[in-house]
Amino acid sequence: METLKFDLDTKPLREVNQFLHGDASSLNGKKVVIENPNGAHNVAVGLKAEVDVTIKGHAGYYAAGMNQIAKVTIEGSAGSGVAENMMSGVVHVKGFASNAAGATANGGLLIIDGDAGLRTGIAMKGVDIVVGGSVGSFSAFMAQAGNFVILGDAGEGLGDSIYEAKLFVRGKVKSLGADCEEKTMNAEDKQILADLLKKSGHADVSPDSFKQYGSARTLYHFHVDNAGAY
Amino acid sequence: MSDDKSKEVHKIPQTTPRYSATFDEYTNSEIRRAAATGIYDIRGAGSKRKLPHFDDLLFLGASVSRYPLEGYREKCGTDVVLGTRFAKKPIHLKTPVTIAGMSFGSLSGPAKESLGRGATAAGTSTTTGDGGMTQEERGHSTTLVYQYLPSRYGMNPDDLRKADAIELVIGQGAKPGGGGMLLGQKITARVAKMRCLPEGIDQRSSCRHPDWTGPDDLEIKIAELREITDWEKPIYVKIGATRPYFDVALAVKAGADVIVLDGMQGGTAATQEVFIEHVGIPILAAIRPAVKALQDLGVYRNGKDSVQLIVSGGIRNGADVAKAIALGADAVAIGTAALIALGDNDPHLEEEYQKLGTTAGAYDDWHEGKDPAGITTQDPELMKRVDPIKAGHRLANYIAVMTMEAQVVARACGKSHLHNLEPEDLVALTIEASAMAQVPLAGTSWIPGVSKF
Repeated sequence: METLKFDLDTKPLREVNQFLHGDASSLNGKKVVIENPNGAHNVAVGLKAEVDVTIKGHAGYYAAGMNQIAKVTIEGSAGSGVAENMMSGVVHVKGFASNAAGATANGGLLIIDGDAGLRTGIAMKGVDIVVGGSVGSFSAFMAQAGNFVILGDAGEGLGDSIYEAKLFVRGKVKSLGADCEEKTMNAEDKQILADLLKKSGHADVSPDSFKQYGSARTLYHFHVDNAGAY
Repeated sequence: MSDDKSKEVHKIPQTTPRYSATFDEYTNSEIRRAAATGIYDIRGAGSKRKLPHFDDLLFLGASVSRYPLEGYREKCGTDVVLGTRFAKKPIHLKTPVTIAGMSFGSLSGPAKESLGRGATAAGTSTTTGDGGMTQEERGHSTTLVYQYLPSRYGMNPDDLRKADAIELVIGQGAKPGGGGMLLGQKITARVAKMRCLPEGIDQRSSCRHPDWTGPDDLEIKIAELREITDWEKPIYVKIGATRPYFDVALAVKAGADVIVLDGMQGGTAATQEVFIEHVGIPILAAIRPAVKALQDLGVYRNGKDSVQLIVSGGIRNGADVAKAIALGADAVAIGTAALIALGDNDPHLEEEYQKLGTTAGAYDDWHEGKDPAGITTQDPELMKRVDPIKAGHRLANYIAVMTMEAQVVARACGKSHLHNLEPEDLVALTIEASAMAQVPLAGTSWIPGVSKF
């Protein structure tokens, strides 16, 4: 596999992203290494080819934002909104992730080895997210679809106003948000969880050690009796 | 004796029944409605109250001190270029009248197609809304602005790349600080799929963007959108009019190419009546502070470095267009007016409006999805009533009339382009309008807050 190196100390980000937006035919199967990101924002955003990108260090906001097909690995921590609105592909953060990781993402797999900040998986729309550590408060706020696995703890208001996303938490949940409740994990859900643990490097972790949460579906329609819940 | 007394009482003149100005008929009906249901009133459209507006301004035509242009022969340009600051591909429009963002979901597919057809025929742009871009809309719109909203319903990078410009929506005039609302009747299978929601639920859109807070984050978000689209597309930032000076200044600082400023008369698909009528300010009061912000930052009508200003909220005719431009806007956007041109609230449907407990011209229960005109509905039978070709033609006609009317006024003021209109061409009829628009009260040189009477 051909490997191309870009050094963000000497190469403007614009040129790197422009290269990564090239024709899929010229990018497919390529390996790209981005050195010295030093917290730069918007690194490797809008990718849409089968390319394997490694960011050697910490990334700023929106790393791998709106990713399609590509695999992006961040060998460091990621700022706010990593893999926001991802459509497909894989984004792997080896360190920690800041707020709103995987926000509104529609598909693909987001793996965060460390902890993730506030509002992780906010308004997620079909993505799979696996966090090796804990997540901050208001995670999975208005989560619409997809699966969200948390190996550590969750902060306050988990899954507030959640729609049809499935949440799996191994540790403690400080509090559940409005209309989020514990669910009984059925065989199908357990399989989803087991597959995600395997795909994200946690094959040794038992799905039985998780509790599942989802929508109580009581806020799906405006009703005067729900006024106190908002 | 007693009989005589009662006759006298009858002779005392009675006062006519008197309604309270405070407890008027509408107010009382709302109290009764609230008491019966226990939930706030939800409706579509914008503020319905009487507000200081463009009607309170007049143009000073040319006379001895200035000379006019010939009505039919001398050129009066109407074109507008949007997004010159950073975008590789700015938007070129033939008329400053654009179509505001309205969602597929709140509007039917045929209504969205009509807007695209009408805008394209008129040489202007139309705009998506919450819920994403439909093929009908992209296919029938030469210039399509793609809204990037807090909910990100239906938002995907492929559509972002297909757009001609991106409008990052922070708020709208009808409900600055509020999110969208689409009630179950309109969440059909197709709408639900596009928004990734369960069918038939009452959808609540978020009021804040999920992955940024504040102007510093906004700057990074705008940079992300530019990076993803390779700096090709103009990026608009839409704000509901509240604190226009600061909001515009911050949006410009964050890197906006174009500011879209929507006053409280601007319509919405659905929100609480209390929100529509009591939050935000009229567009008349918002334009001058917005222009001042652009001027202070050196981006007002400053060649390539300019940030253009689009204003909306109650634009109805060419006079409104000309007045908005004279106050400093580069273009305007129409929403409610465009729907009326398509056939919304048309008197020929009076019988059906009556059945819904309303009357043509007052129908605003757009969230219920029962629009007899087939526009604010997802009912497959009702939406058949919209003929996109005919409705698009009506919209194009209407935009042409507005553009010509604006030219009539501009020529009378001696201007060879609509953009040459200026505040000095205007006076105000009321003290309120004078203060808000910062033009003198007619017949005086007084601008409250600026000069002494």
